[in-house]
Amino acid sequence: MREAIRQRMWFALFASCTAVVAAPVVVIAGLLLWRGLPALDWAFLSTPPAPGMREGGILPAIVGTLWLAAGTTAVALAFGLPAGIYLSEYAPRGALTRAVRLAIVNLAGVPSIVYGLFGLAVFVLLLKRVTGGMSIISGSLTLGFLILPVVITATEEALLAVPQTLRQASVALGATRWQTTVRVVLPNAAPGILTGFIIGLARAAGETAPIMFTAAYFYLRHLPTSLQDGVMALPYHLYVVATQIPNYPAAKAWGTALVLVALVFAMNLGAVLTRARLRRRRRW
Amino acid sequence: MRRTRQAFDEQLQRLERRLVDMGSFVEAMVEKAVRALAEHDVKLAQEVIAADDTADELDLGIEQECMRLLALQQPMSRDLRIIGTVMKVIADVERIGDYSVDIARTAIRLARTEYFKPLEDIPRMARMVQTMLGQALEALVNRDLDLVARVVEQDDAVDKLWYQLLKELEEFMRSRPEVVSQAVAFLLVARYLERIADHTVNIAERVAYIETGCLETLAASHRPDAGQGEGEGSGDG
Amino acid sequence: MALKLRVEDLNLHYHSFQALHHVSVDIEGQRITALIGPSGCGKSSFLRCLNRMNDLVEGARVEGRVLLDGQDIYQGNTDVVTLRKRVGMVFQTPNPFPVSVYDNVAYGPRLHGTRDRARLDEIVERSLRSAALWEEVRGKLRQSALDLSGGQQQRLCIARVLAVEPEVLLMDEPCSALDPTATFRIEELMLELMEHYTIVLVTHNMYQASRVSQTTGFFLLGELIEYGPTEQIFENPRDQRTDDYVRGRFG
Repeated sequence: MREAIRQRMWFALFASCTAVVAAPVVVIAGLLLWRGLPALDWAFLSTPPAPGMREGGILPAIVGTLWLAAGTTAVALAFGLPAGIYLSEYAPRGALTRAVRLAIVNLAGVPSIVYGLFGLAVFVLLLKRVTGGMSIISGSLTLGFLILPVVITATEEALLAVPQTLRQASVALGATRWQTTVRVVLPNAAPGILTGFIIGLARAAGETAPIMFTAAYFYLRHLPTSLQDGVMALPYHLYVVATQIPNYPAAKAWGTALVLVALVFAMNLGAVLTRARLRRRRRW
Repeated sequence: MRRTRQAFDEQLQRLERRLVDMGSFVEAMVEKAVRALAEHDVKLAQEVIAADDTADELDLGIEQECMRLLALQQPMSRDLRIIGTVMKVIADVERIGDYSVDIARTAIRLARTEYFKPLEDIPRMARMVQTMLGQALEALVNRDLDLVARVVEQDDAVDKLWYQLLKELEEFMRSRPEVVSQAVAFLLVARYLERIADHTVNIAERVAYIETGCLETLAASHRPDAGQGEGEGSGDG
Repeated sequence: MALKLRVEDLNLHYHSFQALHHVSVDIEGQRITALIGPSGCGKSSFLRCLNRMNDLVEGARVEGRVLLDGQDIYQGNTDVVTLRKRVGMVFQTPNPFPVSVYDNVAYGPRLHGTRDRARLDEIVERSLRSAALWEEVRGKLRQSALDLSGGQQQRLCIARVLAVEPEVLLMDEPCSALDPTATFRIEELMLELMEHYTIVLVTHNMYQASRVSQTTGFFLLGELIEYGPTEQIFENPRDQRTDDYVRGRFG
């Protein structure tokens, strides 16, 4: 009997901890909706800001964020996926591999502002001729590297989760390791990889520091026409209007925040739904 | 290292003990049957005849135990040979019991007859045969090959005795035709005892099979009885 | 019967641990050869040497020769892919891919280049028939293989192997994870397949070995202790260790 009571107590404690964790999300969402929804209308979403920023909408920022998201996707998958596959399936167990893993782990701990400065130094300044200076390319590369550890780790974890028995079955039928990776392992790891990637992307979409030096402009008259163009971006725009513009309508700031958070939430939701759907088709 | 399947080993030992017990029981039947003959004891003879039912029950019981062990324990190699051997040997022992009954019946038939000669050789044969049976079963459960050799030796002696008795009784029948029916009865009893001896040899020879797993040597040694060339087969009773 | 596989003085090392010691054995075609022995005695490791699956194990080193139809499979110029087509393997726990029944069986042929739909259909049906599974799944070819029962999944794995038309079937404790009824069906299947394939069966259940094999080998601590006709191994083994094992007297 006493044990039953004790159990009840612990569970109650854990439940309240969970509530504490969930609370901020609810509060933030509530606050954003309450304060930001009034500013949301079609004009807000589809027109660029007027010079001076106080009038107009946030269209370029939305577009810029989407471009950066696309670019980050390309970079993260192009480098992260193969790296994750290599580390999981092919890398020999040894000091070199361990060193690489260590490097990746450390990469994850680098502050985002440092990424921004790194991006500035390398992509914007050093490789200016290729990237066009502050541009979608530079921003994407920077953000891509930012979320690389997440993507690589997610890929590795997802690949590791594929049972060894499936690989053995494939190899025993005469498949090469490459064929096994492509035909058996990757399809089964896809849900996990995708989930990890989208979560990483959602984070990248909301980052300010990395894009401050590499892609985001305070104000641009036109929408980007090439990858070498700079863009406006929601996180930076929010920072700008909240701190640099005196008398900026509060509702619009909240509205911008709402749009950004909504975008991030939407991406996360997409991750969850995609994973669920892919999982249903392949379970073991 | 603790031996595995200790329970199974114990079951095998119990099985062999049951066999030995059945052997002792039948040994007593032989002793009583011949004594009934020698002492004209009808009651004793009837005891022997009644005992045959018990012998048959023992036979059946042991066979059932063997089948049970085969089904439930999946014995291999030597264990399998032991169980198979027990199943064959109870047939030999049961046969010996049947011969005792035949001797007892003869005793009843001759109960009121005065014997034309004192019974000496037949009781002697009977004692030898009883010893052989005891030794054969002991050799089997102890896997004692020396004892097997002794049993085989004694069988030679029994065969000699039988042959000697045959000649004696033939002589009697030629010279005194009036004792023919008695003589024939004694001849048959002696024959039964000789057959019992052969069965004990069958039992003893199984020891080698349990040890080596070789059935072929058994067939070779099932030669027709002590080749005095009289055309004696090994199948009557 | 023709000699299909000959193993000469095989030694297997996992890093510094020697798993197999000087194993030499002749495996004949069109029969079932069973390998028995206590856990960890090396019989599965041995099996994996026959289709070079040990190549995948880090630190595994093989010495000696394994001759398939007279050709050493460990010789430098061996095409491992072809080897594994010729020598197929069925594993202890059924491991169908989490795709449809059809796609499982078609995996091998597709791997090796067959694309024609009609041809694949034919191969799939033939393989499923050979594995005694066709009647049970013919209407469910598109359903997930994971919906099948354990015994059916294992037969599916067998069909999958048969689809690449092997000559030798290596079966590593194929019935370990199955109930007795499913086990008997697979044994039945093995006896049918024996006609056309060389089967090497590793089993920790010696009664299974006694039921289905014609030749049996007893492994202990990486050594092949005794190898001979199944009747001999179980009725009258020559080595005392074999005798102790088959009588269950291993302490």
